[in-house]
Amino acid sequence: MIRLLLLGFLLLPASVQGYSLSPQQIAPGVYMFEGATEHFTRDNKGDIANTGFIVGEDGVLVFDTGPSRNYGQSMRLAIATVTDKPVVAVYVSHHHPDHFLGNQAFGDVPIHALEHTIETIRRDGDAVTDSLYRLVGTPMAGTEPVEPGELVTLGRQTVAGRDIELIAAGGHGGDGHADLMLLDHASGVLFAGDLVFHERAPTTPNAELGQWHDALDRIEELDFRVLVPGHGPPARGPEPVQQTRDYLRWLEEHLHEAAAAGLDAAEVMYLDLPDRFQHMGVLEQEYRRSVAHLYPDIERATLRDVREP
Amino acid sequence: MNKLICLMAGVCLCLVGVAHAATEDPMRSPGWRIIEQRFFADQTVVFDDRVQVLAPQSAEDTFAVPGFVRVDGIEDIERLVVITDLNPIQRVLEMDINDAVKPAVGFRFKVQQRTPVRAAVQTSDGTWYLGGTWVDAAGGGCTAPSTASADPDWANRLGEVDAALWARDDGIQRLKTRLVHPMDTGLVDNIPAFYLETLELLDEKGDVLTSLSIQAAMSENPVLSFDLAVDGPVRLQGRDNQGNRIRGMVEP
Repeated sequence: MIRLLLLGFLLLPASVQGYSLSPQQIAPGVYMFEGATEHFTRDNKGDIANTGFIVGEDGVLVFDTGPSRNYGQSMRLAIATVTDKPVVAVYVSHHHPDHFLGNQAFGDVPIHALEHTIETIRRDGDAVTDSLYRLVGTPMAGTEPVEPGELVTLGRQTVAGRDIELIAAGGHGGDGHADLMLLDHASGVLFAGDLVFHERAPTTPNAELGQWHDALDRIEELDFRVLVPGHGPPARGPEPVQQTRDYLRWLEEHLHEAAAAGLDAAEVMYLDLPDRFQHMGVLEQEYRRSVAHLYPDIERATLRDVREP
Repeated sequence: MNKLICLMAGVCLCLVGVAHAATEDPMRSPGWRIIEQRFFADQTVVFDDRVQVLAPQSAEDTFAVPGFVRVDGIEDIERLVVITDLNPIQRVLEMDINDAVKPAVGFRFKVQQRTPVRAAVQTSDGTWYLGGTWVDAAGGGCTAPSTASADPDWANRLGEVDAALWARDDGIQRLKTRLVHPMDTGLVDNIPAFYLETLELLDEKGDVLTSLSIQAAMSENPVLSFDLAVDGPVRLQGRDNQGNRIRGMVEP
């Protein structure tokens, strides 16, 4: 028993520090934590998504909380190395587990999200947490899904003295307003969430591709100077938007062509992928997942009712 | 006398056991011994890379994992079986192979946990050739209810047959079909096993091209692909374990 207790004490600080997050300044007062352009593994501790924070006059705004309680706690420690101002608001981009499972570490702060995000976390939170425990293991210790308590107020507003705009779109997290973006007007930094991927193949488990394309068009019209994608390195131009659009367009066309040729889903998973996407992280893995997500509906449209009485 | 028979039987079992121990599973599946005894007892088994199973390394949807079997360069194949070692229902499908039907099949299956999915083809001399791949899964595919079991309208759609044919450049005709059926495994509380058991493909004249035996390890609303060496329309007919029949006729 004592050994167990001791073990607990020894492990606790180590596991919090396990993430060793260091803030990357991308504009005055604006920082991000860049995740690996990989899939969830034990080695990367689930740290595969980008999160960030903005230091305002009288407080700090946080965008996304990462994959685990430990990650969220590491974020707070790292934020404290930059400023002693308190975190006053957290915004969660969407319901995928790599973006919200650090919520527990912000239990003392209002957590804002879209209705779709709140409802989906309420419904699926336990299941996605279970699957992350399975994929990531020990770094998940103590993590439980925490539903955001505040419905986000959209539009331009001043929070903690910062002139920010909260923008709802959809297409990645699901149908309708399922993806939240945050634009910081003073610095021109846009936290785009998973509507934008960069140097990493997009994920499509809840994708509505038409809406996703609309969202990408809208992002290009926004007045941003620095773009923080949901996954992959930040950029000072629209290149990640173009990359995401190019991949999603290709994916959809490619799957329609495969269905028109009568290919079976498992055959489609093993087709060769274009050279121009080979630099993207986890390309094959995400492509195969996308076949599983998108192909069944696309191939159904190639079949006709042949039932006989 | 009885004792002697018992003794001889025991010796035979030992010999069989020894013979089987020699069949080393290259996939190192913990379920292989059971699979070997259940499906290939006293038969010659060869692990052969020419038998390929395409399937994702990780199941995105444990209720419907796509799989595709293809075999290159093995002649005189008469049977094709798909087996998942570590599923509660291990055999997914079994079908006849002949001059009209290539040793190739696409299917969707349920997975309960990380498991090998294997294809075994038997040639006319009785030898089984096996190939396969591992599929990782979070589980639940076999012991969670079908969508249909929660859908009051499912009975109206039961027996729907969608299909299409594609004439390929290599002279092969691809048939793909989707059959509306809950494919309930019987492993979920208060939902009895209810699944398509047989499917036959026939040509225009009514001659059987191939017969399949299907298990509830197949996904709900099964999607199947076949490669046929014959042209022309194909009739599909099948039956579930409660005697409901399905029938369809697909034109090129």
